[in-house]
Amino acid sequence: MMEPSAYLLLSGILFGIGVAGVVARKNALIILMSVEIMLNAVNVAFIAIGSYLGDVTGSVFAFMVMTVAAAEAAVGLAILIAIYRLKETIDITELSVLKW
Amino acid sequence: MVGGILNYLWVVPALPLLGVIVNSAIALLSERPVLLRENAHGEGGHGGVDAQGHHASPPYRKLVAFIGPAVVGASFVVSILAVLALAARPAHDRLFVQVLFPWVQAGTFQAKAAFQLDPLSAVMILVVTGVGFLIHVYSVGYMSHEKAFARYFVYLNLFTFAMLLLVLGSNFLVMFVGWEGVGLCSYLLIGYWYEKKSAADAGKKAFVVNRVGDFGFLVAIFLIFWTFGSVDYTEVFARIPVLSESGVLTTGIATAITLLLFVGATGKSAQIPLYVWLPDAMEGPTPVSALIHAATMVTAGVYMVARTSALYLLAPTSMAVVAVVGAATAIFSATIGITQNDIKRVLAYSTVSQLGYMFLACGVGAFTAGIFHLMTHAFFKALLFLGSGSVIHALSGEQDMRKMGALRKRLPVTFTTMFVATLAISGIPGLSGFFSKDEILWKSFSSGQGHVGLWLVGTVAAGITAFYMFRLVFLTFYGDSRMDPDVEKHVHESPYSMTVPLMLLAVLSVAGGWIGIPEALGGHNYFEAWLAPVFGSGTEGAAHGGGHHSLTLEYLLMAGSVGVALCGIGLAWYLYRSRPSMPKEIAGRVPGLYDVVLNKYYVDEIYDAAIVRRIVSGSLWLWEAFDATFIDGIVNGVGALVQGAGERARRLQTGVVGNYALSLLLGAVILVGFLIWP
Repeated sequence: MMEPSAYLLLSGILFGIGVAGVVARKNALIILMSVEIMLNAVNVAFIAIGSYLGDVTGSVFAFMVMTVAAAEAAVGLAILIAIYRLKETIDITELSVLKW
Repeated sequence: MVGGILNYLWVVPALPLLGVIVNSAIALLSERPVLLRENAHGEGGHGGVDAQGHHASPPYRKLVAFIGPAVVGASFVVSILAVLALAARPAHDRLFVQVLFPWVQAGTFQAKAAFQLDPLSAVMILVVTGVGFLIHVYSVGYMSHEKAFARYFVYLNLFTFAMLLLVLGSNFLVMFVGWEGVGLCSYLLIGYWYEKKSAADAGKKAFVVNRVGDFGFLVAIFLIFWTFGSVDYTEVFARIPVLSESGVLTTGIATAITLLLFVGATGKSAQIPLYVWLPDAMEGPTPVSALIHAATMVTAGVYMVARTSALYLLAPTSMAVVAVVGAATAIFSATIGITQNDIKRVLAYSTVSQLGYMFLACGVGAFTAGIFHLMTHAFFKALLFLGSGSVIHALSGEQDMRKMGALRKRLPVTFTTMFVATLAISGIPGLSGFFSKDEILWKSFSSGQGHVGLWLVGTVAAGITAFYMFRLVFLTFYGDSRMDPDVEKHVHESPYSMTVPLMLLAVLSVAGGWIGIPEALGGHNYFEAWLAPVFGSGTEGAAHGGGHHSLTLEYLLMAGSVGVALCGIGLAWYLYRSRPSMPKEIAGRVPGLYDVVLNKYYVDEIYDAAIVRRIVSGSLWLWEAFDATFIDGIVNGVGALVQGAGERARRLQTGVVGNYALSLLLGAVILVGFLIWP
């Protein structure tokens, strides 16, 4: 049985990249992709732990997360397209109407 | 059947209440739309006595004119039956209490909605419903030109209801409700012509001045409950011997209670120092002055003092205060009455003066005499007011006696009846006023609490009374006409609805005193015997003064007071009939004194400067300085604080998604940090 620490490290790095992308980037598309990376980082952790513990629940959960991620991506992209048609930009610093 | 007809005692106040309900329904549903429509068309104004005379009377007016007097008349009939049933009982058993329902219950405090019929309240309900009925009938004629006809009768019936509550209640709380109710009706009826500023002001003044007295009354009720643990008449008076023996009820407490009660009485019954509202109350319609401000409501204070006589007898100081205030009021307002030119104001000051007599009687322990005078005064003063109303009605609203004169032939019924009442109030032997007033004067001299000074003041005031009343009669009915020609054309004797009550009251003014002829004059004084169970043996002793005064003295004093009254009449005859120029000369010779009296000793002005303006300026300060800066400052300050905080806090919401993401991240880090912290 292999140690999951390497996978967990990978998962942490991926999650960090995702967080950095969400916080730092201005392009909404990139942010959406960064969110996907974060979700997949979690998937890696799930599967690693699941296989380490010999429990399929981890894998099952990873599938579940993928499904949600797919749905989220679909909705997110649809919103992005709608925004782009309206504002001709997907720069989130320009999209700040929802405020006081 | 223990009570028989007495079980229907509740009907007595219920009937006027029924009248209130029906009449107010008519007033709201039928009369108000008519009035509003007329106002909208701009043809409002007073329902004047113009060339058209009576405007077509819509059917609802006839209904009101029937219901208003009828309910009070029916109430009078029930009262008579109930009183007869009471009289059929043996003297010691003449107390009937009817409990309707438990009303207020809070801890040890209990008050029932209950009525009590005993000789005292019997006299009161007969006067209230009897005189009230006549005045209701009179009002139908007097108010026939008024547009707000139903509203008037709503108020008048409501007044009768409240007054009956006041006199029938079997505890202080029910009395207080009636007390406030009559005050409210007084306010509403004084301000009946509310478009007129002076009337609205007079109503307000009456209400506010009465409030001062009511405060005293209320505190007295609290004190009574605190001392006796009950507000029920029967229980309170039954506990007096026990509590005074055990030292709970000291003379000090009794004095405090009775003085506070008397404060209430001075407000309602217009005694010094709270009498100022009554003369102004003449702004109301004249039947209202007759019913409320002469015959019934203003006597509520006398009734209350008589009702609590058992307490007063424990407090000699209070008795002295009552007697002195009564005597002072009697002579003080009588002197003002000499100089007034408004016919109703003369009668108003006369009422204040006569009420002073009643309190003088109560103060010397002669409660019976006080109630006797209350009753006879109700007859002749109601008659005088209604008569003056008849004069005013005939003269199209003129109230100034300087613009009257020579009405004797033009208004024969009014003149005759008013003359009878004038003789009665002046104390001419044989008429009701003589017996009651003389009883008071005799008791103020002879009783244990009496004093020669009180008798002297009372006798002098009696002389002044005779003088100003005959001045009124001479100025109004004799001499040459001083009327405006326009007014003179319309002079007419009043309709039967007005003259018949006058005649009935005239009969009562003559004969009403015959039930209380003193034994010294060969009578039996049924009235005193009737009230004896209420006032008990304690008053008997005080009233009879130990019987060490001789009959000769009683005759002498009687002759004295009659002599003084005749002097007053003679003086009035001399000044206003044989030498009509004299009054002006006398007034011109002592201009200072005359002006002071004419202006009612400037009491209104003094009150205005000393109290009213202080309160107004204090209230203004409270409003403009305290309320506007301090109270509003707190309220607005809290508001501004929250607003400012929100103003700053809303900057957090930038609308930039990145910022939100960052704060999400920070939050997550902090949360995880907390979770994994050792």
